[in-house]
Amino acid sequence: MRILLVDDEQELVETLAERLSIRGIEARWATTGDAAMKFLEQKSFDLAVLDVKLPGISGIDLHGKMKAKYPDLKFIFMTGHGSQDDYAAGSAETGADYYLLKPVNIEKLMDKMKKLMGR
Amino acid sequence: MRFLNRIKPAFWDHRILNGAPYRSQFNFRRTWYAAVFVTSAVVLAPLIFMAFMDYRATRHDMESEILLTTSRLVSNIRRSISYFFDERKSALHFLVHDNNFKMDENPRRLAQVLENLKKSFGGFTDLGCIRPSGIQGVYAGPYNLTGKDYSNQEWFKEVVKRGAFISDVFSGFRHVPHIVMALKFPSSDGSFGVLRATLDTGKFDNLLSNLEIDGHGDAFLVNHKGVLQTPTRSHGKVLERISLPIPDFAPETRVFPWTPKTGDPLVIGYRYITDTPFILMVVKHKQELMKAWDNTRKELIEFLAISVAFILFVILWGATYLVNRIYESDQKLIVSLHQVEYTNKMASIGRLAAGVAHEINNPLAIINEKAGLMKDLFLFKKEYQKNQVLMGLLDSILGSVTRCGKITKRLLGFARHMDVSVQTVNIEEVIREVLGFLNKEAEYRSIRISIEVAENLPNMDTDAGRLQQVILNIINNAFAAMENNGNLRVKVVMEGEKDILLTIADDGCGISETDLKRVFEPFFSTKTGNGGTGLGLSITYGLVEQLGGTINVKSELNRGTAFTITLPLTIKEKEMKNSCAYS
Repeated sequence: MRILLVDDEQELVETLAERLSIRGIEARWATTGDAAMKFLEQKSFDLAVLDVKLPGISGIDLHGKMKAKYPDLKFIFMTGHGSQDDYAAGSAETGADYYLLKPVNIEKLMDKMKKLMGR
Repeated sequence: MRFLNRIKPAFWDHRILNGAPYRSQFNFRRTWYAAVFVTSAVVLAPLIFMAFMDYRATRHDMESEILLTTSRLVSNIRRSISYFFDERKSALHFLVHDNNFKMDENPRRLAQVLENLKKSFGGFTDLGCIRPSGIQGVYAGPYNLTGKDYSNQEWFKEVVKRGAFISDVFSGFRHVPHIVMALKFPSSDGSFGVLRATLDTGKFDNLLSNLEIDGHGDAFLVNHKGVLQTPTRSHGKVLERISLPIPDFAPETRVFPWTPKTGDPLVIGYRYITDTPFILMVVKHKQELMKAWDNTRKELIEFLAISVAFILFVILWGATYLVNRIYESDQKLIVSLHQVEYTNKMASIGRLAAGVAHEINNPLAIINEKAGLMKDLFLFKKEYQKNQVLMGLLDSILGSVTRCGKITKRLLGFARHMDVSVQTVNIEEVIREVLGFLNKEAEYRSIRISIEVAENLPNMDTDAGRLQQVILNIINNAFAAMENNGNLRVKVVMEGEKDILLTIADDGCGISETDLKRVFEPFFSTKTGNGGTGLGLSITYGLVEQLGGTINVKSELNRGTAFTITLPLTIKEKEMKNSCAYS
């Protein structure tokens, strides 16, 4: 399983990628939308974890762009804004598979990833 | 005083806050005074002026009428008196110019003439012919006056000089009031004779005393010296001097008012009767004549007084009503402005809180990941795996991060409601969310909070932001009213099918009965000097109204206070906006 982490906080994605690697998951990270798109062009990914707020392009728009180009790619959103209820409703609207609130619990993330990939 | 307090309008005791802008515009008492004074002046001044003018004009008309009727009466009586004398004078003229007149030589003829005169005219007592020497030659009448010498008497000298004479009333040697009328005539021997007739005054006494004169009036004759010639009702007896002034000579009838030193004012009409020594006087009591005017005046004053009282009542009522309406609108406006300010402030705080929460979330996430990574690394390396101290420290960091995360989530959840209007909410969640902020304070102060929510309570479609403000305001007030170890009870039940009933009760200090009536009034605060603006509950009242609900309060001093709020389950966004516009 190869996943792509996109968040403007480099330290966050870097650490998260490392933690996922420890758990045997190949994770790459990008801090901008453009960098993320470049990664996708180079290699195939199973899952993208996107921050809702990104510099330049919003996570939602980036999600649309990626979904159009790579229909098989699964998505999980991360956000530091709002409550659980909002994003439960929001994920139904955007078609994203899951929303997670920051700070992210790694076990929860692993759990959701497994569920998505297992489907 | 109690009555005054009851009718006293709300604006009367309004106090202007020191330093408030446009202070002069909020002096409602001055506005009321100005309204009352200006309206009264504009309305009453013309009314009183008109009434005064009418009063004067009517009075003047009345007085003119009195003078005119008196003048007419004097003229009419004068005509009768003149006629009386003219008639008798003409009869005597006829006799002396009759060619057959030989009475100065024939006493029997004279007696016959006297008899005829008595029958035809009346008023004649006797008749005599006097020779140029002044000796009465022939006499017909009840006394024996033949041969009486009149040569020294004034009237004889007068008649010889002027040809005719009418005397004053005098008693003479008969001691009966009478008048002498004398005519000079040429005698058959070429000399002259004087025909002298005595007239009984009773005839014209009756003429005057039988007159009915209004205003307790009196008509009588006086001579030019002011001696009464005929009897009067109240101005003296015959041949006495009158107490009234002797009017100056005038060829025509005159009327003048006269006020004696003691007694009522009088109206006096008079006329000098030509060729006689008499002045006809008619005296009336002015007050009697003005009685009709008194009634008119009374009616006029009554009408004016009632009109003024009614107008004043309407002005006072109108001014009070209008100023009160202005005051009420002003108060509503102030509350609305404060409410808008309050809502904006809350929204700003909400946005600020959300921004802060979001900003904190990012470094928090980094701490979370870094600590997580450390834990991961420790777990994979055997030398640290069993180091309980290090693992404990990491778990503590991660635990604190989770706690911080919960706080930021709660803040975000609270702020989230600020900008959204109508949405579906679970009231229990809203209550718990609000209480979440106050839990720590409750813990420190050992305040027990119980939440009782009826089972199967449906979700509400309402403005969650306003709802949470209402709940927060009331619970904040309850916290302020309670001592440590207090009890706060929050209870939600259905009220009918369309409303829910939310009760928030504390066992704090309570509100006194007099204050209880005013708790929802703007600027009413018992927390004076403690930073209370007196707007919290009034804003809460407004918010509940905007949510389409009602709020009531029950309280007992030192026992506690309970607020009951009824809210509709569903409120449409349109309705809510309307209710905002009217607030």
